[in-house]
Amino acid sequence: MSTVAHENNHHDEHHHEESFVSKYIFSQDHKMIGKQFLMTAVFMGVVAMMLSIFFRIQLAWPGEESTFLNTFLGDNWAPGGIMKENMYLGLVTIHGTIMVFFLLTGGLSGTFSNLLIPLQLGARDMASGFLNMLSYWFFFISTLLMFASLFVYDGGLFGIQLGDAAAPLAEHTAWDGSGPAMSGWTIYPPLSGLPNAEQGSGLGMTLWLFSMGIFIASSLLGSLNYIVTVINLRTKGMKMTRMPLTIWAFFVTAILGVLSFPVLFSAVLLLIMDRMAGTSFYLSDIIVQGEMLANHGGSPLLYQHLFWFLGHPEVYIVLLPALGLSSEIIATNSRKPIFGYKAMIGSILAIGFLSFIVWGHHMFVTGMNPFLGSVFVFTTLLIAIPSAVKVFNYLTTLWKGSLVLTPAMMFAIGLVSTFITGGVTGIILADSALDIAIHDTYFVVAHFHIVMGMSAVFGMFGGVYHWFPKMFGRMMNTRLGYVHFWITIIGAYGVFFPMHFVGLAGAPRRYYDYTVYQEFDQGTYDMIMDLNVIVTFFAIFAAIGQILFLFNFFYSIFRGPKAPQNPWRSNTLEWTTPVEHVHGNWPGDLPIVHRWPYDYSKPGAEEDFIPQTIPLAEGEEEH
Amino acid sequence: MEKLIILIVLVTGVIALAQLVRVYELSSKLKDRGEHDITDRDNHLNAKLMLAFMMFQFLGFIYLMLKYGWTGRGEAASLQGVETDWLLNLNFIIIIIVFFITNFLLFFFAYKYVRKPGVKATYYSHNNKLEAIWTVVPAIVLAVIIIFGLRSWNSITSGPTKKSVRIELFAKQFDWTARYSGENNKLGKYDYKLTNEGNNPLALMTTETIESARIETEKTIKGLEDELKLAQLDHLASGYRNLISSSVYKNQIEEEYNSVIEKEFNLIEVEETFKHTYADAKGLKGHVNVVIPEPNAETQKIMDRLEDKLIVKGRILRSVIQMQQNYDSKYDTYAWDDIIQTDTLYLSKGTEYEMSFRSKDVLHSAYFPHFRAQMNVVPGMPTRFKFTPSLTTKEMRKKKDDSKFNFVLMCNKICGTAHYKMKMIVVVLTPKEFRQWETSKQEKIFKNTYAAGETEEPANSETNI
Repeated sequence: MSTVAHENNHHDEHHHEESFVSKYIFSQDHKMIGKQFLMTAVFMGVVAMMLSIFFRIQLAWPGEESTFLNTFLGDNWAPGGIMKENMYLGLVTIHGTIMVFFLLTGGLSGTFSNLLIPLQLGARDMASGFLNMLSYWFFFISTLLMFASLFVYDGGLFGIQLGDAAAPLAEHTAWDGSGPAMSGWTIYPPLSGLPNAEQGSGLGMTLWLFSMGIFIASSLLGSLNYIVTVINLRTKGMKMTRMPLTIWAFFVTAILGVLSFPVLFSAVLLLIMDRMAGTSFYLSDIIVQGEMLANHGGSPLLYQHLFWFLGHPEVYIVLLPALGLSSEIIATNSRKPIFGYKAMIGSILAIGFLSFIVWGHHMFVTGMNPFLGSVFVFTTLLIAIPSAVKVFNYLTTLWKGSLVLTPAMMFAIGLVSTFITGGVTGIILADSALDIAIHDTYFVVAHFHIVMGMSAVFGMFGGVYHWFPKMFGRMMNTRLGYVHFWITIIGAYGVFFPMHFVGLAGAPRRYYDYTVYQEFDQGTYDMIMDLNVIVTFFAIFAAIGQILFLFNFFYSIFRGPKAPQNPWRSNTLEWTTPVEHVHGNWPGDLPIVHRWPYDYSKPGAEEDFIPQTIPLAEGEEEH
Repeated sequence: MEKLIILIVLVTGVIALAQLVRVYELSSKLKDRGEHDITDRDNHLNAKLMLAFMMFQFLGFIYLMLKYGWTGRGEAASLQGVETDWLLNLNFIIIIIVFFITNFLLFFFAYKYVRKPGVKATYYSHNNKLEAIWTVVPAIVLAVIIIFGLRSWNSITSGPTKKSVRIELFAKQFDWTARYSGENNKLGKYDYKLTNEGNNPLALMTTETIESARIETEKTIKGLEDELKLAQLDHLASGYRNLISSSVYKNQIEEEYNSVIEKEFNLIEVEETFKHTYADAKGLKGHVNVVIPEPNAETQKIMDRLEDKLIVKGRILRSVIQMQQNYDSKYDTYAWDDIIQTDTLYLSKGTEYEMSFRSKDVLHSAYFPHFRAQMNVVPGMPTRFKFTPSLTTKEMRKKKDDSKFNFVLMCNKICGTAHYKMKMIVVVLTPKEFRQWETSKQEKIFKNTYAAGETEEPANSETNI
C-alpha cells in the first residue's frame, strides 16, 4: 500500500478569491459539497416520505374519498379523492427509487464521505475537487429528472410536449404516457421494457432511466475520489490501522460502488435499447395489448441478474456508512474504545466481499436453476456472520461504558436495535425454501424497511446530529432531538413491525388494495385491514415527528448556538480544525497522527479522551 | 379562507417552536454550560426511556404474535407446505431467541451504563477469544439452518416423477388460464406466434393451428401491404394534384386514382400515369422529372408504422413457415385432449401436480399462499413448480371455520394496473369428485373447442361445490 501523503502545506497559501458562485454553487470544497448532498437528499427524503403517506392512506382506507389525496394529487391522479390504481404503483416506484438511491446513497455516502474523509484523514481536500463538484451536480440533475417524472402527463411535462398526447395506450412509445415509472423501484422488464404495457412505461420510464444513468455517473465520480483520497492523502502517521471505522466503512462502500454500479448502468443501457432501438435483450415471445412482437431470444432474467448484481451491494453501500458513523458515535459517547477494532475492520471487509456473491437471494422464485439457488442460500447465510460480529462488538462497546445519551447516541443505539430486528428476518428470507411462501409479500417489505428505512436512516440522523457542529459551526437543539428520536423510533417500529404479520398471512406487495381477499377469505382480509390501519396511523405519527427534525435542522443552521471546537470531546482529526470553515481545512500545517482514534478513558491518562494528534507519553504503549 | 387559517397556524407553530428553543438555550447559558452538554437528569431520563421502550417493543411483539398468530393464512394445505411450516417455526424460534437476548442486552446496557459521577468507563478494547466464540457459534447455528433449509429446498425443487399430473398455468394481463393435460398426461406444445384470440388463445401447436397461423399471417401481411400502398398512392395523388394548376388535369388525376383503388395496382405504373398527366398539363414532351414534396409528419408516421408492422409480420411469417417445416404431426395428440379452463382451477387432493407456467406479456408470479407455493411466470421462458394439495376445500373450510373460504392463486409480481385483481379461485376436490368433474369436461377438449371456434368458459359456471 502507498505510504502516507506528501506534505501539502503550501496549498492554502494561494488564497483564491471565492465568489458566491464558486463558494456556494460550483464549490470544489469537500465540506460544501457534503452539505449540498445533504440538502438535496433531505429534500428528496421529504418528497419520498410524502409519497409514502399518500399510498399508506390508500392502503388503510381504500375506496374512501380523501380530500387530502385530491389536494396533493389533483384530479388527474386522485379524481374524487380516490387514488388511481396505476398512480398507486407510480408512487410506490418513485418512493422506493428516491429512498434507496437519492436519500440513502446520495445522502449518506455523498454527505458523510465527502465531509469526513479529508477531515478525518488529515487531508486538505479530496483528491480531485473538480470531479467532486461534478459528482454533486450530476446528482442534482438526476434529482431534477426523477422529481420531474412525477409530473409527466400525456407525453409531456411542464408544458413541453415530447410524445403524442392522443395516442392510445396500445400505441405508446417511449415518449408517450402519463405518470412516473410504475414498475416498482426494481423496474423489471418486460413491464418496463414495453412502453405500451402500462401508462408509466412510456415517458415516465424514459426519464427514470436517464435520471439513473446520470445518478450512476455521479456515484462513480464520488467513489473514485473517495478511494483515491483514502489511499493517497492520509496525513503523516495515519496508517490504515489508525483510521477511524467511519473511513474504513466509506472506503469499502466506495469500492463496492465502483464495482457494482457499472453493472446497473449496463442493465439500464440494455433496457433503453430494448425500449428505443428494437433490441431483444430482455424480450422474447410477447403479445402485448394485442400486438404480437417479433422479439425473440431475450430473457427477463438477464435484467434481474444485472440489476441485483448491483442491487445487493447497493444495500450494503447504504448500510456500511451508517454502521461506520454509528461506530464513531457509540465509541465517542461511551467514552470507550470501539470493541474489537480489527474485528470490525474484518467484518466490513467480509461484508463487502460477500455482498457480491449473494444477489441471487432476490431471485429464488424467478425460475432460475434451483442449484444456483442453493449456492445463494449458503453465501447469504454466511453474510449473517460478520453482521452478527458487528452487533456483538457494539454491545460490548456499551458494556461498562460511561454513556452520554446525546440524540446522535440515541439514534446509534436505535440503529443497533433495528439492525438486529431487520437482520434476523433476513435469515428467514435467505432460506430459499421459506422464501417461496413469503417472497414479494409484506414480510419482505418489513425486512428491508427495518434495515434501510430504520437502521440506515438512523445512521443518517445520528450522523447529522453528531457532525452538525462540524458542518455548520452551530449546535442543534438537544431537546427537540430527543423528542424527534422517540417519535421516530416508536413510529417507525409501529409502521414496520406489523407488516411481518401481514406478509406471513400472504398479502402480496405492490397491491393497490386487498379487496380480492373478500372473495375467498374474509377473516384474513379483516386482519390485513386492521393492521394496515395501525400501520398508517403510526406512519402519519412518524412523519409529523420529522417536522421537528426539519425545523431543528434549518433553525439551527441560522440561529443555533455557536459550536465549540470539540463539543463531543472526540479523538478524531475533524475536531482539530477551526469551527469556521477554512479552505484546506487546517490553517497551518497538517496534523500529525500518533495513535489510533479510540483512546477514550485510557488508564493513566488525565482526560477521558486523547486526540489522535497527541504524541505517546513517556512509557505509554500504543494500543 | 381555510388555507389561510392553516397557514397562520403553521407559521405561529414554527415561531412558538423557535421561542421554545431559545428558552432552552438561554436556560443552559444561565447554568453556564452548552445546551448540548447532556445533564445527568437528561441522561438518566433517556436511560429509563430506553428500558421503557424495550418493554414497549417486547410487549408489542408478544401482543402481535398472540393476536395475529404465527401465520394468518392458516394451516398449510400441501405436503411440502407442512414441511416448510415446520422449518419456518424452527427458524423463528432461533431468531426470536436472538432478537430478545440482543435487544435486551442493548437497551439494558444503555440504561445501566449511563454516565455516573466518579465512575470511569472501562478501557476494554478487544478480546480475540470472545470474537472467535461469537463468530463460531453463529456459524454453527447458521450451518444448522442451511442444512435443514437446503434439504427442504432440494426436495421441493426436485423434478417431476412418473405420477406427476401436468397442468399449465397461462398468465396474461390480467387473468389466469389453466390447461389440463388430459388423458395422455402430456401438455400440447405451443408457440406464441400461433395465438388466435378466437379459437386458440393459448397458442397451442397442432398441424392445423400452424397452417391456420400461416394463412392468418399471410393475410395480415397482404392487408398491411395494401394499406401501405394505398397510403403511398394517396400521397402521390395529392402531391401530383397540388403541382397541377389546371382543374381539367386535376380531375384527370382524380379519375386515374379512382380507377385503380378498387383493384390490384402497381404503384410504379400508376405513378407513370400521373407523370404523363402532369407532362400533358405542363405541355412538356419526353421524359419528365417530377419531385413531389415529402409526406407531412402525420402521414409519414402512419407509413412508418405500417412498414414497421410489415417487418415484424415478415419475421413472424418466416418463423411460422420454419415451424411448419420442422413440426412432427405426432405431437397433435398432445394438444387435442387438453382442457382449457378459466375462472376456477380444480385440483385433486393427494395428487402430485407438476405445474408449468408461461406468460403472454410481462412477468407475473403464480402465488398459492395456502400451498406455500410460488413461481414467477416469465414470457419467453417456461418455469415449473411441483406440489401436492393435502386438504380439500371442504376440509380447509372446517379448519378455518369459514364456510365461504376458498384457496386462491394470486399474481405476485407487479404486472400493471390490475395486478391486485389478478387471481383465480382454486378448489381442491376429493379424487372421486375430481374424476367426476374431469369427466364432465371431456366434451370441452381442445380438439372440439378449436373446431367450434370457442374455448371460453362462460363465467360463473361450476364455481360452487
